[in-house]
Amino acid sequence: MLSMNDATETNAEIGQPLKAREHPEAAHPTPRKYVNIAIVLGLITAFEVGIYYIEALRDVLVALLIGCMVLKFVLVARWFMHLRFDSPGYARTFITGIALAATVYVVVLLTLGIV
Amino acid sequence: MDDAVALEGEHEEHTSTGLPTQKIAMWIFLSSECLLFGALITTYLLYRGRSTVGPYPNDVFDIPFTSVSSFILLGSSLTMVLALSALQHGDLRRFRIWTLTTALMGAAFIGGQVYEFTTFAKEGLHLDTNLFGSTFFTLTGFHGVHVTLGILMLLSLVGLTYSKKVTEQHTLSVELVGLYWHFVDVVWIIIFTLVYLIPDPSGGR
Repeated sequence: MLSMNDATETNAEIGQPLKAREHPEAAHPTPRKYVNIAIVLGLITAFEVGIYYIEALRDVLVALLIGCMVLKFVLVARWFMHLRFDSPGYARTFITGIALAATVYVVVLLTLGIV
Repeated sequence: MDDAVALEGEHEEHTSTGLPTQKIAMWIFLSSECLLFGALITTYLLYRGRSTVGPYPNDVFDIPFTSVSSFILLGSSLTMVLALSALQHGDLRRFRIWTLTTALMGAAFIGGQVYEFTTFAKEGLHLDTNLFGSTFFTLTGFHGVHVTLGILMLLSLVGLTYSKKVTEQHTLSVELVGLYWHFVDVVWIIIFTLVYLIPDPSGGR
């Protein structure tokens, strides 16, 4: 494992500043794009609340709501939290946490016969 | 020159990965928060529909009211990214406006939660009334505390702009607060669906 000094030396050897070796990160979106994403999020939320009151959708309600929830989660994480544009290292860190939590708690719920 | 700017401003420290340590630390923190909220949500689901005495969720939930709160919190994520965007473009005045708007929307959400908790208490639902009360108040209460801390961070950012401790060069600090804010938003997205919208198996709505 490299220490900070080692990293600096290694960097000096190849003759470029450490910051220049960052993972390339794409430019963040324009405010208009953010507004569009927010509108989509609002529409999905309105759809969720709307289908809550429709008796005919009772059998598929849970599946639809979970689908909408996941879609909203992904939109916020990828666009507003910039995972779409930032280094994949951040996304991997976050996904590791989510996967660990999901695995542990799904096992708990399965063990206790809840799901 | 760039190094001098970095030293005066952000103090971005880079690891051998080339990524700023502060941002890696924030993502690791948010990952650990997934475990915290995962435990609270799992506990709610575990005891869902197992209360032996009321009030039950269908007795107290006001979906239209909570939907408005959800729209407000979702909207605050938009104003947060607009604040960051303004600072990245060197517009400190717009940054203050959008950050204060975000904090106000967060405060409105918390106000709604206080009203909801008060209403539930008047209807006889307390932390120790039944399993629903215990798990519901613990989960949403922890989320509310996170939102409140986020509001304090946002107000601190605005305050620090006046003492020049947050300037156009401190976009990373703002981005980190933004990440925290968006995280509490995505946690609410999950809570709103799993707790409020998915019908309780104990009966009715």
